[in-house]
Amino acid sequence: MPDDPFLPTRPPRRTHETAEFWDGCAAGRLLLPRCDDCHAYIWYPRLFCPHCSSPRVTYTEVSGTGTVYSFTVVRKGAGAYREFSPYVAAYVELAEGPRVMTNIVGVPVDQVHVGQAVRVVFDPAGDADAIPRFTPS
Amino acid sequence: MSLRGAAFIAGAYEHPRRDIPDRTVPQIHAEVAVGALADAGLSMADVDGFYCAGDAPGFGAVSMAEYLGLRCRTYDSTETGGSSYLVHVGHAAAMIKAGHASVALITLAGTPRNGGAQPGSSAAAPAPESEFENLFGVPIAANYALAAQRHMYEFGTTSAQLAEIKVAASLHAQHNPHAFLRDVVTVEEVLASPMVADPLHRMDCCVVTDGGGALVVVSPAVAASLPRRAVKVLGQGEAAKDTNRGRIDLTHTGAVWSGPRAFEEAGVTPADIDYASIYDSFTITVLMTLEDLGFCHKGEGGRFVMDGGLVAPFGRLPFNTDGGGLCNNHPANRGGMTKVIEAVRQLRGEAHPAVQVPDCQIALAHGTGGSLSTRMMSSTLILGQPDA
Repeated sequence: MPDDPFLPTRPPRRTHETAEFWDGCAAGRLLLPRCDDCHAYIWYPRLFCPHCSSPRVTYTEVSGTGTVYSFTVVRKGAGAYREFSPYVAAYVELAEGPRVMTNIVGVPVDQVHVGQAVRVVFDPAGDADAIPRFTPS
Repeated sequence: MSLRGAAFIAGAYEHPRRDIPDRTVPQIHAEVAVGALADAGLSMADVDGFYCAGDAPGFGAVSMAEYLGLRCRTYDSTETGGSSYLVHVGHAAAMIKAGHASVALITLAGTPRNGGAQPGSSAAAPAPESEFENLFGVPIAANYALAAQRHMYEFGTTSAQLAEIKVAASLHAQHNPHAFLRDVVTVEEVLASPMVADPLHRMDCCVVTDGGGALVVVSPAVAASLPRRAVKVLGQGEAAKDTNRGRIDLTHTGAVWSGPRAFEEAGVTPADIDYASIYDSFTITVLMTLEDLGFCHKGEGGRFVMDGGLVAPFGRLPFNTDGGGLCNNHPANRGGMTKVIEAVRQLRGEAHPAVQVPDCQIALAHGTGGSLSTRMMSSTLILGQPDA
């Protein structure tokens, strides 16, 4: 966990397609849906494979490691983030391929760069949930 | 079926105001509808096709058509954000060619300065992707900044190059008495403006304005009967670009597909374009779109816009001569309508004399709806003189 103040979180809204993803986060595990037929990792999480149209999808634990594909230092956040600026929003390319939108935490905002190696951390959200963010590994 | 020459834009009207606390959104739709029809020499009774997008309140196209008192044969509320109105021109041309309409009215209006919808907001039910993006505090400028950062990383594009786009827009806006921002700015001033989301400064961002605009698209027979010069629809392309099954590529827009479709239908190439209205929600939107439409190679957009490359009338590609969304107007947070309107002005020879492109024969208008770093709809429209 980063030792700086947590960025805003809230309990995610689950659907029957995404509950397993969020349950994984709550348990400190990054689970991605993977197609039983073409074996592609699916992002964003859903119970349908956009690569081969298969409905046979299984949540599978992934490494939680990746690299920064792009990032920005948000100087003026909105809503719950308003009080937390500046902070870093980013796309992280997971080792398994998908590029996921997230925050980079646990590092000064001026020390983030494209290509940086990162690993997942789970920030508590409400009493029982967590959301995935990334920190330099 | 090609739409080349299937329809003409006979009327175009941009609301002159930028801050409208004393009108409802339907009122502004009505004002711009009347304005565009008057420009064409037509009236509401002539309209047999009505097109509007998500800015129009109520039940699809029906509520606004009812408000306006229209009785149409075809209605279309295709919603693709800021590019909607270019998509509508193409769809209207197809319906006109099919004989289902002869006078199509397209309207846009909104009041984000006075309590209307804010940029990037949506009243619709949550999208399936929403929890995997909305939890992370990525406002609209940050979404575009992600694309800018990656473009800089891959191609060495600089903030000073992006600033050149704003400078060119401001040089044009100084001649537009209605423009929201009329002061000419320098590269240094753009770079000194506050950082909003690295690497985008405040002056890399478009304005937020109330207002609206409208277009009238008509059949060739109707166009021939009207007193005003109409401009010919030569081609239109549209393309969605999304997160690509979770493997998004931030270095291009949907214009890589919408552009070639429009150029092919029009039978022209980028070298034939005399004037271009390029969607400019942010400076990076312009730079990437110029590359994707083929005005320069991928990665060379930064060099293309330097040294007054976009400045009218004599730059290598005069663009956004009304001042664009960066300086003039971005009504209802949707810039596609005004892109078409300024292209019509250029082809009619009615742009401000200081920025009118001499002998403007073929113009391009390009819209980008949605967001550069998640999902968007791009639409490219190519227009020409009646004999083009």
